[in-house]
Amino acid sequence: MSYISKPVARHPGQKQNSLGLTARDYEGGMSTLCAGCGHDSITAALVQAFFELEVVPYRVAKLSGIGCSSKTPAYFLNASHGLNSVHGRMPSIATGANAACADLMYVGVSGDGDSLSIGLGQFAHAMRRNLNILYIIENNGVYGLTKGQFSASADLGSKSKQGVANSFEPIDPVLTAIALGGSFVARSFSGDKQQLVPLIKAGLAHKGFALLDVISPCVTFNDHDGSTKSYQYTRDNFHEVIHTDFVPPASEITIRYDAGDLQPVTLHDGSQIYLRKVDDDYDPADRSAAAAYIQAHQEQGEVVTGLLYINNQAADMHAINQTVTTPLRDMPYVDLCPGSEALKQLQREFR
Amino acid sequence: MEPTDTSNPDYYHKVVDCQWACPAHTNVPEYIRMIAMGRFADAYMLNRESNVFPAILGRVCDRPCEPACRRRRVDEKAVAICRLKRVAADHRDDITERLPKAPQHRNGKRVACVGAGCASLTVANDLIPLGYEVVIYEALDKTGGLMRTNIPAFRLPAEVLDEEINYIVDMGVDLRLNSPVDSLRELLDEEHYDAVFIGSGAPKGKELNLPGRDATERIHIGIEWLESVAFEHIDSIGENVLIIGVGNTAMDCCRSSLRLGGSNVKVMARKPREFFKASDWELEDAEEEQVEIVINHSPKAFVIEHGKLTGMLFEQMEYDIDERGKITGSRVTGEKFFPCDDVILAIGQENAFPWIERDLGIEFDQWDVPVVDATTFQSTREGVFFGGDSAFGPKNIIWAVEHGHQAAISIHNYCQQRELTERLPDRMNLSSTKMGIHEWSYSNDYNPASRRQMPHVELKKRFEKINIEVELGFTVDQVITEVERCMNCDVQTVFFDKLCIECDACMDICPVDCLTITNNGPEHELRQRLRAPAENPEQDLFVSRDLPQTGRVMVKDEDVCVHCGLCAERCPTGAWDMQQFKLQVAYAEDHQ
Repeated sequence: MSYISKPVARHPGQKQNSLGLTARDYEGGMSTLCAGCGHDSITAALVQAFFELEVVPYRVAKLSGIGCSSKTPAYFLNASHGLNSVHGRMPSIATGANAACADLMYVGVSGDGDSLSIGLGQFAHAMRRNLNILYIIENNGVYGLTKGQFSASADLGSKSKQGVANSFEPIDPVLTAIALGGSFVARSFSGDKQQLVPLIKAGLAHKGFALLDVISPCVTFNDHDGSTKSYQYTRDNFHEVIHTDFVPPASEITIRYDAGDLQPVTLHDGSQIYLRKVDDDYDPADRSAAAAYIQAHQEQGEVVTGLLYINNQAADMHAINQTVTTPLRDMPYVDLCPGSEALKQLQREFR
Repeated sequence: MEPTDTSNPDYYHKVVDCQWACPAHTNVPEYIRMIAMGRFADAYMLNRESNVFPAILGRVCDRPCEPACRRRRVDEKAVAICRLKRVAADHRDDITERLPKAPQHRNGKRVACVGAGCASLTVANDLIPLGYEVVIYEALDKTGGLMRTNIPAFRLPAEVLDEEINYIVDMGVDLRLNSPVDSLRELLDEEHYDAVFIGSGAPKGKELNLPGRDATERIHIGIEWLESVAFEHIDSIGENVLIIGVGNTAMDCCRSSLRLGGSNVKVMARKPREFFKASDWELEDAEEEQVEIVINHSPKAFVIEHGKLTGMLFEQMEYDIDERGKITGSRVTGEKFFPCDDVILAIGQENAFPWIERDLGIEFDQWDVPVVDATTFQSTREGVFFGGDSAFGPKNIIWAVEHGHQAAISIHNYCQQRELTERLPDRMNLSSTKMGIHEWSYSNDYNPASRRQMPHVELKKRFEKINIEVELGFTVDQVITEVERCMNCDVQTVFFDKLCIECDACMDICPVDCLTITNNGPEHELRQRLRAPAENPEQDLFVSRDLPQTGRVMVKDEDVCVHCGLCAERCPTGAWDMQQFKLQVAYAEDHQ
């Protein structure tokens, strides 16, 4: 952890977006994570994505639980809303916040421990409801904050820093999400911002639950030989099955591909994502085929990455529940609390 | 691009912009750190090693370091390097014990220096400790040359000059004042010196031959007039004064005029402000004293009525200036008369050698300037060397000092029967500044404070006498802030490619986007592909060898690195280290 704050000096050629903000205006406090932590790269990718999307910072709510990963929201978007919840309970808090105020952009940042162990139930149900949130799992396979015990995402046979092999089956967040109704399921790597930044942008624009599982090596406890979540292992086994480019609404499309295998997907807000298959056999719209493909390749030790499954037609939580999407703060008091007579009337309807 | 060869001292030296820009390569960041620690005497001695006259230069140096200062590229205004040098000089303890001394046994070689200015004094400073006997011939009855005659005392007090010059004279210079050399032939033939160094400056002010020039006594040549003022031969001037020219001499003339009775002093410039030769700070100081600078007026005639100067006639000019700021055309739009009592001509100066016979084997070029080797400073006659303004025309003190150092090496080699070109290259030392996990032996916390303003004696008071020093020197608080503005550019970001795991931590933390891990490519293309385009071609790119995991390269754009060390703090493997670079410049004493 650095003791000095990041110098205010800026590169004279630093770009500004249409709000007159630079990427540095999307930063947060100084990270207190270990030097070289993958989580900090994800933070930098978030900063980049919000800057490029030209998001007004106070239109964003950042939520997290407990763990190294869950410190991340402190490190980006200083000028936004946020809540650091109880361990594993972030999905419920996010659900409540979204229910009350649907017009904010929600980013949940969690870890493999927070989401796949203590918070697995919460995580599962947020996906089932198709809560409108970008849900990032900073996945390093260990509990870094408690000295590096295996987490629920550690691969079978993966070795700890002391050389002990993991003897439990892993929970794969991507396969879990596809199985439970996540409508946008992607995997990336903290060491590859070219892939990560467009996925963050697409996940933010997607209306519904966007799971982004990011392999984020723990430099302190899980970056050694025998680890399957190290920088070296991830790079050696990285398999990008589909390449994603994100085009915001009403922007000129400048992407040009030679092949005819370019698949545009229009999102709810009019933005488009362009999917370019690296492997022709892969179809990100076919839920069962996608799951089978990922599983088969994973068994060969590959880290399958990209936007692995998308359903841009799925109804989100408010649509499913037919709940009001006007933020409660914008509703007149008489509508929020119609009075005892109205309550009695309601109760009579159920008699 | 090829991987950067950081074993060449020039690479890291260039990163220290101030040191690279300084002709004498003064180790600026190191002396600023010493000041920060209150080690004023150490800071003074470090300065003295390279620039010999820290107290003088701390007041009147032309400061090539400041326009070069990296701080200007991130924060508009440079660190007040020159003012800090003065702080070291003002607050030093007695350092006489630490000065170089003549050895007990001389080496039997005798060297003559012509002129007791900064070039000759530097030669003496470098050679006397090696056992040479140095004789300095000076035409005037005081030492210092143009430093004394052309720089007014309100900028450079005589005591300051005397003290630093005497450090050298007291080493054992055979100083011969009031001894003009009228014939180099005589000096060479009769005295049998082993070597002769000519540091006689550029003592001839340029003339302006316009109608009326010779009809009055009230037209003065700037540097001659300043000399007369310095020696108190002149103690008054008319109320209305016109200064012709807008270089630093013009600034000294106008400000001196104000102190001698001038009340309406105008500096007349032919061209617009961006073409002025004077340093910005000298212009500011003159304007603070209510000197009016009139642009776009070209002198046409001196107006004499009844044998008396009444004013000057000027042509009003208009210029065409292209996008690059070059003048492409000009025209006269009218004429204007400016009344005045005195005119001072400050339009340049030249070196003049009426005392050097042209058949001595010393070749002169078409402008009647001696042909001097730019490395050895030897003329076309063996054993006769030139330095300072007399070598390549008017420059400034710090250049003359550097000429002196180089000439001293040549003279030493010459007297020891070595080739003059046997000169030691610059060497360097790099040492880690790491003290703990995130602790460094330098202050890496960037201070966003703006440049401190030098306090001045109030306007009314400063005109009471000609020799009231205007600049008061920094206060303690100002020093404390200003030293922290220095970004320690000598503490280099040293990269060990084999250790890099490409986690991006350094790129992510860098406040000024100067690091990029990317695929290698040709420089012009790579420069555009970095996190922030590297648009300053004068600043190098560092390119590593291929990185172990992906074969990409680490690229650093040196341009605006603030040396905060966060890349090294955030690196998990120690692939970045902050290492202090020390340039080891070779002087005469190193050539044994």
